[in-house]
This record gives sequence, C-alpha cells and structure tokens, in this order.
Amino acid sequence: MLSLVLRRLALSVPLVIVVTALTFALESLAPGDLARTILGADGTEEQYQALRRDLGLDQPLIVQYFEWLWRALHGDLGQSFFTKESVVTLINARVGVTVSIMLGVLVVCAALGIALGVASALRGGFLGRAIDLLSLVGLIFPSFWVALVLISIFAVTLRWFPATGYSPMHDGIGLWAASLTLPIVAVSLHSIANVAKQARDSMAEVLGRDFIRALRACGVSEASIIWKHALRNAALPVVTVLGIVLVGAISGAVFVERVFVLPGLGSLAVSAALDKDIALLQGVTLYFTLLTVLINLAIDTSYGWLNPKVRLS
Amino acid sequence: MSVTPSFARRLLGRPLTLIALVWIAFIVAIALFPEHFTSYDPLDQDLLDIKQGPSADHWLGADALGRDILSRIIFGARDTILGVVEALVVVAALGVALGLTAGLFGGWWDALARQYIDVLQSLPTIVILLAVLAVFGQSMLPAMAALGVLGSAGVARVVRSATLAVREELYIAAARLSGLGETYILVNHVLPRVIGPVVVQLALFAAIAVLVQTGVAFLGLGVAPPAPAWGSLIYDAAASLNDFPWMLAPTGGAVALTILAFGLLGDGLRDASTETWTRPAQARRGAYRAGPAPADLPTGARLSARGVTIVAGDKTLVENVSFDLFPGETLGIVGESGSGKTLTMMALIGLLPPGVVASSGMVAVEGRTIPLDDQRALRSLRGATIGAIFQDPMAALDPCFSIGHHLEEVCEAGLSRTERRARVAAALAQVHIRDVEEVMRRYPHQISGGMAQRVGIARALMKSPRILFADEPTTALDVTVQAEILELLRMLSRERAMAVVMVTHDWGVVADICDRAMVMRHGRALETADVFDIFERPAHPYTRALLAANPHAAEPGHALPTVDDKLATMKGAAQ
Repeated sequence: MLSLVLRRLALSVPLVIVVTALTFALESLAPGDLARTILGADGTEEQYQALRRDLGLDQPLIVQYFEWLWRALHGDLGQSFFTKESVVTLINARVGVTVSIMLGVLVVCAALGIALGVASALRGGFLGRAIDLLSLVGLIFPSFWVALVLISIFAVTLRWFPATGYSPMHDGIGLWAASLTLPIVAVSLHSIANVAKQARDSMAEVLGRDFIRALRACGVSEASIIWKHALRNAALPVVTVLGIVLVGAISGAVFVERVFVLPGLGSLAVSAALDKDIALLQGVTLYFTLLTVLINLAIDTSYGWLNPKVRLS
Repeated sequence: MSVTPSFARRLLGRPLTLIALVWIAFIVAIALFPEHFTSYDPLDQDLLDIKQGPSADHWLGADALGRDILSRIIFGARDTILGVVEALVVVAALGVALGLTAGLFGGWWDALARQYIDVLQSLPTIVILLAVLAVFGQSMLPAMAALGVLGSAGVARVVRSATLAVREELYIAAARLSGLGETYILVNHVLPRVIGPVVVQLALFAAIAVLVQTGVAFLGLGVAPPAPAWGSLIYDAAASLNDFPWMLAPTGGAVALTILAFGLLGDGLRDASTETWTRPAQARRGAYRAGPAPADLPTGARLSARGVTIVAGDKTLVENVSFDLFPGETLGIVGESGSGKTLTMMALIGLLPPGVVASSGMVAVEGRTIPLDDQRALRSLRGATIGAIFQDPMAALDPCFSIGHHLEEVCEAGLSRTERRARVAAALAQVHIRDVEEVMRRYPHQISGGMAQRVGIARALMKSPRILFADEPTTALDVTVQAEILELLRMLSRERAMAVVMVTHDWGVVADICDRAMVMRHGRALETADVFDIFERPAHPYTRALLAANPHAAEPGHALPTVDDKLATMKGAAQ
C-alpha cells in the first residue's frame, strides 16, 4: 500500500516539471520584454539593463528555470512583479477558499450523485430521465452563466444568499457557509449527473452478481445489501469519476470565484493573467498542479482502501 | 463508418441531428456575413433604449449602453466560430497525425506518444490557458491553439486505438505483403476506417471549444472591449444583473444552443455510424394466478411445493412442478442445463432473476402456505428457515469483505462482538476448517474454492435452518474436494436432522447422497422416486436416456454419449 503511494508520487514528479517548465517557456515566447513592460516607455537603457539583471532575465532560460525550481523547492516562489509581495504569502492567503469550494463540490456531487444513481439503478424510469436531463443542463450551460442565474434568483430576488463576497470562517460558520453555497451549487450542477450515471451503471452491474443473490439467500437485509455490499463493490469507478469531477472543479472555481468575487486561487490566477504578473501566475500554476497531483494520489489511495486485492498485495 | 449515401440518410433521418446541423450552419453563416442578418451596428448606442426588454425595434432588447443585443450576438458569433475552427484544426492535425503514426509504427514512437497523451490529459486545462493568455495578452488565437494542443491527447488516444485495431486485420497485412508503401496503406486503408470515431470526437470537442472560448472572453481575456464576444456579452449581463436580468437569457441561450448543437451532432454521428440499436423489449410481468388451495399436502412433510410455474415474458420456463420434502431426507433434482431445476428452487425463496416471475404455485413450510408472488413472506423464509449454497462458491462471497465479516453479518442481532466471533468460530469449526482465526481474517481472493464452499455452508447454517437448498454445490470443485464437501453435507444433514434439496446433473452425486430423486426436463417434472428405484427401474424413457448418458460409462475411443443419442436409439428400438 505504501509502495503504491510512493510509486504514484514518483510518477507525478515529471508532471510537475512539465507544467512548470511549460509556463516558463511560454514566458520566453512572449512578444515584448518583461523589463521593458514594467519600466514603461520612460526607462533609460541603464535602468532597463539593471532591471533585467534583477529579474534574472539576462541568464539563459534553462538557467532561469532551474534557479526558479531550486528556490521553489525551498518554499520561495519569488515576488509578484506588481505588488512586490511574496508569491507564497499571496497564494497561501487564498488557498483556503478554493479548497473549500472543491471540497464542497466533492461532498455535494458524491452525496447527490450516488443517491440519485443508486435510486435510479433500483427504480429506473423517471429518475433515469431526470439524470439525463441534469447531465444535459450541466453540459450545455457554462458554470459562470449558471452562477449568474443562481445569483439572479437566490440572491437578487429571494435574498436567501449574498450575491457576492466571502465571509471568513471566523465571522461565523453560517455566514461562511452562506457565502460558499451558490458557488458550490454552480460548479456541482455541472458534475452531479456524471457521478449519478456512473453510480447507476456500476450499481446495476454489481446487483446482478452472484454474491448479491447469496446474501439475499442468507436473509441479509436489503438495506445492508444495497448500501453496504453493492455500493462498496460499485465504488471504484464512481471514485474515479469523483476524481475527474474534483480536477474539473479547479476550472469551475476559476470561473465562480470571478463571478462571486471570492478571494481564492482562481480569481488570483485570473487577475495575474490580466496583469501579466508572470511570477505570480507561475506560482498559482504550481499550486494548481500540486492540487491535481494530490487529488490523483487520494483517488489511487482510495482504490487500495476499497479493493482488498490491491491493499493486501 | 464510411460516408455513404445510407450513412448520410441515417444521419439526416434523425430530427435532432438535422436541427443541430441547421443551427450550426446558421451560426456559421452569421459568423461569415453578420451584416446580412441585422441592420444594427453592434456598437451603435441608443440612449433612449437602455436596458430594454424585447421589442419590435430590438427583438432581443438593448443593453446598458442601449446597444441592440441581437446584433451584438450576431457579430459576436465570428470570434467564437473562428476560435472553434482554429482549435479544431489543431486538434485534428495533431491528434490524427500522432494517433495514426503511433498506432501504425509502434515501438519507441508509440511509447513516446502514450507519454505525451498521459501528461496532457492530467494537465489542468484552464490553468495552462491562463498562462498562455497572460503571455499573449488580448488575443484569443494563441489560447485556442493551446486548447487544440491540450485536446489533441483525447483524439490521439481514440485514433491510436482505432488504428491498432485496423492494423491487426488481415487485409492490412495482405496490403503490406503485396509491397504497398506505408503511406499508401495509411491513406487508402487506415484513414477511411478511423475517420468515423475522429469525426465524433471532433464534434464533441467543438462543444468544449465553444465553452472555453466563451469562458475566456467572460473572464475579460482574449478580447478587446467594446468588440462583441459571446463571453463578454454574458459579462455585460452580469454587470446589470440587479435591474436587467433579462440579458442573461439571450446571451446564455446562444452559447447553450450552440454547445447543444455540437453535442447532438456528435451523438448523431456516433449513433449513425454504429448499427441501429433498439432497446430490448421489457419482459412483461405475467399476472400471478392462484390455483385452488392444494388439498393433497402430506402430513409430516417439512416442505411442499405445488404447481410451481415460472415464466419470462411469453415463455414458460417451468410448468406445474410439485414435490414434497420430508425431515432428514435428501431430495435430488436431476436434469440437463436449462431444465428449470435451479429456477424451481429459487422461486420457492423469491430469488428469481429479473424479468422472470412465478405465475402460479405455492410453497407450504411448517404449516404456512405461501403463494409464490408473496415476496415478503418468501423473504422471511430465507436464512432462518431455508438456507442455500451455490454452484460457484467464490462468486457467492463479496470480494470486499473478510470471511469473518460474511459470517458475523448473518448472526442474529443483539449479540456482543465477542459472542458473535465465538459463534462464527464455532460455525467454521463445524465445517472442518482448521486455523479458524486465520481464515476469519482472510478475504475471498485468499482462499481456495473448496474452502469457499465450506464457508458458504457455514454461512447458510448460521441461523440453523431446517431445510438446505444446495444448487450444484460441487460442480465447480476438484474431484477430491467434491467428495469432501458431499461427505460434509451428509454428516451435517444427519446431525441436524436437516432436509436437503440437492440440484445436480451428476448421477454420481445422486447415488452418493440422495434418498429420492426428481427428474426434470424442459421445465417439467417427469418422475419422482426412491433413488434405488430410479437406478434399477427408471419409469420414464428420458430418465433411462439420462442415466445412459453418464460420462463415467463412456468407452475410450468413442464419442461421449449424449441424451439425444440415447433417446433416439431408444425410440428406434421401440419402433
């Protein structure tokens, strides 16, 4: 089990290298020069050369990259080009919001998706069509548009939730939850149906297996057969889909944080992109990649936990 | 899939696909010639019409600056379609080239391509796009090209596996043997075959491209205001959400309809390229007909089945089967596969497979008479009154739970954990398992088939049922293990004065363990008699044929006797 985790971790190292190197290479492709952009038209040639040295732009790209990587390994991602604040500090202040949204999406999609999927595997018919409709809605309406409709209905008209803004947890759990509810719903709507479809198909398959009949023949209660035995066996593919949903929630977070004006990693990434704050964007990219790696690691670990054949080998 | 007239007819014969195609064509047309579709300039401000709903002048209303929303949607289509086309070109070129060559040439190139696909598919797309947009500023083109590169992994994967499948086929090898060049083979044999899945992928990717293009513009990247782009229009709608929510509808609607059209086109292409598939008709639930209450129930029988009839749709699988089971006896039900032996037993405990129902019949156990459609009453028999063991003992265990858990689960409620474990240990010891503690910890994949059947027996007996249904319990086991399990069953039934129904197709098992036997064929019970009588004086010709078809009586060098051979010989002899 431990070796499984370590092997997956080792495999994710190339991914992190590729992503960070890619963002670095992009920078060199940029039309115009960063030092020139920062200085503006008024800078003298001397100021320009000095700034290039400061930013390390006079070094070959590969040297710049490995210096960045070396410092990153020591927890230093440099400074924002514009605010001069430490990138790590900026990012750490915002990780919580994004992770809260992602965990909320995970809980909503897992709970509703599995409940809908199991119910539809057992009852079929009407629920099956409801899932199909939900998946269509999730597919065709962009999450940011759904977010706006939610604001229009639940914040502007009904006034149940705040339209925008974030309340930190220490202002009160209720306010915090209220400020995250609509963003989480907007992102989840995209994915619940995917989870439900997978849960429906795997449940239907597992319920047809021999051991289910054997359990029934022993007088085991139907509730225990469905929610313990069948669900446990059907869980592997559902967990895979939940992993995809979580990675997708990163994209969702980028958009809904923008719509709901939440101080998360996604809105930070967008403003970094708008400001051309390359150092900040590189930092955010690294964090997002690490998040992806963590999600995949968690999924792989749960395979082991769910499947005794993996756990015990 | 090849693009033949019949394919086109199948594709266009679907109303939804046709509508999707018309919509896409319409959007492409307005993207090419926006000025032909509206008389308004998308930048013209009319301060008298600010935040106006639909009217005769402005069919879809006017925005916060009094600009005609419809004309802005029409002029915004160009950016979106341009972005989609660009991403599609990159995806198609990269994905097809990579997938084809990887599938066709294999080796290190294929290994490299697989790496490329894996890395690209685990990248967080939006993050890469943001980096590209940061660097290239107010231009959508590099971002959409990057989206194409990221998306090429999915297309390359599909093309590669399709190519591999085609390559395995004989005519490719034949083409190569006849000296045709790789390029010729590629273009003339492989490409036509992989084009189908590629087109489906591309249509679905186009839907994603619309979504991404709109999203990026919504974030304020890749477009320069006040140029109309669909994403920017939604952003404008957001800005006047408080007092003008109407604007969300037309702007979101244009995006949603276009995504929907590409999605439907993809579905239509996939369905048209595979053979028409129709949902199999649902088996109709036959109505249950209660027969007259059986008057002939013998006193002292532990279980009596009367008039068991089982149907699936219009087909009758078991017809009017009746038998009695007395305390301490073992009744064999013998017949070929498909003769309805197992179904008959499963009907008595309400465990028929989906779509199969008992249309009449009843079971009498311990003075209660239960009609076979009373699922609740039949369920109450399971476990405590009637235990069951099955043909494939390994498949009868849940792979996710330990052996100990399987048995603890069927202990009666209200016992402490220690008491439960003691019961389980005793039950396992009773089926002659040594190292009880160790076996309880193991999972199904860690034990042998014989051990699994012992566990199955121990589990079936946990609640001390007085009747045991055994469905070919030794068929899946080695010969020596078979003998051990039969011996165990014989011993347990004697010790507990348990009545056993043994379903089997093996006369050896019948002779070994049964007191009486019932012979079944085509869902009917042909004869029921004492085992000695069955072997010595079989009454029914089919019983004689089945006995003669015993493989143990086969002669070396001759084909194995079959029941049909024997029946035919007997018929011949009788004439």
